[in-house]
Amino acid sequence: MSERGRYGLIAAFDSAEALVEATRRAHAKGYRRMDAYSPMPIEGLGELVGCGEHEKGRVSWFALAGGVFGGCCAYALQYTSTTLGWYFLSGGKPANSWPDFIIVTFEMTVLFATFGAVFGMLWLNGFPKLYHPVFNVERFARASSDEFFLCIEERDEKFDIEKTRAFLEQFKPLEIVEVAK
Amino acid sequence: MNSRVERDKPPLMPPDLDLTSISDRLVNIVVKNKTPRSWFVATAFFVFLTLVYLFSISWVFKTGVGLFGLNIPVAWEFPIASTIWWIGIAHAGTLISGVLLLTRQNWRPAIARFAEAMAMFAIIFAGAYPLIHLGRPWFFYWLMPYPNTQGLWPNWKSPLIWDFFAITSYMLYTACFLYLDLLPDFATMRDRAKHRISRIFYGIMALGWRNSARHWARFDRANVILAAISAPIVVSVTGTISLDLAVTIVPGYHFTIFPAYFVAGALYSGFATVILIAVPFRSMFGLQDLITPRHIDYIAKIMLGFVLIVDYSYMCEIWTAFYSGAPYYYGVYWNRWFGFYAPVYWTTYFLNIVVPQLMWFKRVRRSIPVMFVIAMIADLGMWLERYFIVVTSTNRDYMPSAWLPKLPTGWDFAVLLGSIGGFCLLLFIFIRVVPLISMHDMRKLITRKKGDVETSQ
Repeated sequence: MSERGRYGLIAAFDSAEALVEATRRAHAKGYRRMDAYSPMPIEGLGELVGCGEHEKGRVSWFALAGGVFGGCCAYALQYTSTTLGWYFLSGGKPANSWPDFIIVTFEMTVLFATFGAVFGMLWLNGFPKLYHPVFNVERFARASSDEFFLCIEERDEKFDIEKTRAFLEQFKPLEIVEVAK
Repeated sequence: MNSRVERDKPPLMPPDLDLTSISDRLVNIVVKNKTPRSWFVATAFFVFLTLVYLFSISWVFKTGVGLFGLNIPVAWEFPIASTIWWIGIAHAGTLISGVLLLTRQNWRPAIARFAEAMAMFAIIFAGAYPLIHLGRPWFFYWLMPYPNTQGLWPNWKSPLIWDFFAITSYMLYTACFLYLDLLPDFATMRDRAKHRISRIFYGIMALGWRNSARHWARFDRANVILAAISAPIVVSVTGTISLDLAVTIVPGYHFTIFPAYFVAGALYSGFATVILIAVPFRSMFGLQDLITPRHIDYIAKIMLGFVLIVDYSYMCEIWTAFYSGAPYYYGVYWNRWFGFYAPVYWTTYFLNIVVPQLMWFKRVRRSIPVMFVIAMIADLGMWLERYFIVVTSTNRDYMPSAWLPKLPTGWDFAVLLGSIGGFCLLLFIFIRVVPLISMHDMRKLITRKKGDVETSQ
């Protein structure tokens, strides 16, 4: 163990079912500070590690806020620049000819909704974050192709190195490793 | 019954494909396997075409757009026809990555990645064309609203401004969607790359993605939101471009059917381009078992659906022209049928109405060489359609004294071929840097398949 201390215990599994089972049991046992890693999204796994509907909903709210912001700004820009600014008489239309403003408003709405969803997701996930303790585990490189990991962190109230290790053992993991900070 | 199902539905991927082998195969194409010689030959050729492109647009910038075969009244020809064509090609990529995601099509993952890349690069060349056509491209920023000392603002009632906003937002949207889809795959590449420099590159691009369930939950939500946005984007961008034409009072442009008609044509040519990209890549990198004739079959069905809408629009347009009672509209059609551009018109009709009917037959849809030819014909037919719409309408407007047919020049062809070469070059470089099939989507599909088998037993 490095002098920086311990981040937690990580267990490697060879199937999604084993990971889901272990995470569910860990959640039932009262572990909260933990994270599950899988090479592809698994439905319902997020809820067990504290990223449920409410948390996902925040991404949607970012998208909505982005869309509303983009749309309002686009319309306001067109409205103010033609009414207060330079009025270009075209086709005898009034300064605030709203049907003509719809397209730019629409495009800016979807563009900023996109930005909201993507940058909101990145921000909520804490990116960019190029260093994380789990990367210290050699085997962890396989989390991005074919292995599944459950990491219980030391800061969890129920964490106890012996008991937690025994708890993880019962799911027959491929390996259990202590994660350096 | 069972054997019939098997014959009709050969598997979309080999049954023994698992999480380990899919990642190995797709990553190794980029980091380990020897690059096929065909890749070098093709890339050298595309580099040459790209140089032709750069040279000819530089010459056009230096001399002026007079080099193109355009003059009043035909102020728009190759550049605008090609813009509409390129942006249309982009639309299929967006539709595949968005709408097929929402409808959970299990044939989507194998083709989504390069379809998205195709969209990205097609938009670049679509967006470059109007700037080349401006004549003074260094003033392109006049299209943007910005506070200036003269207190001038863009004319918000002009379709050209709508166009600028539509194409720009579409480009940024596509870049976001493409990057979002690449993010988990960058993480896989980071974990598997051999060289230090490529590890650093992929590591930075992956932003620290670590496949946590929390990441995936938010990622999925963002993906679904972008997919939901994709449908209105697809409809709006080509729809807006068609307004450049439809909002004018030029006979032959002024049809209310244009937005829907252009979008259907866009998707038809875009799906054809997906076939044109999929077929060489599957042979080049040995992916015949992942991109199967069944995938091509599904794409062909979608192509057939959209081309029938296009054909319906042709008929609708002719009917409207004659029903309107306006002699200028008869004139447009008379000129299209028997005038200077009649060969273009009849070729288009043959390519877009007669040839696609072959796709009613399953044997044709499942035959890869035949579909490759049909896809080329589809792209050619759609390009000719855009060309005749843009040119035949303006070469004879209301003033007979201004009537003048114009023929394209060598510069027109040089820029068009060059843009195709540039597009292919970007695509060929792209697939050497990232996996050409989305690995995380394939892994999801594999686990979903496995789950189905287990529950059905």
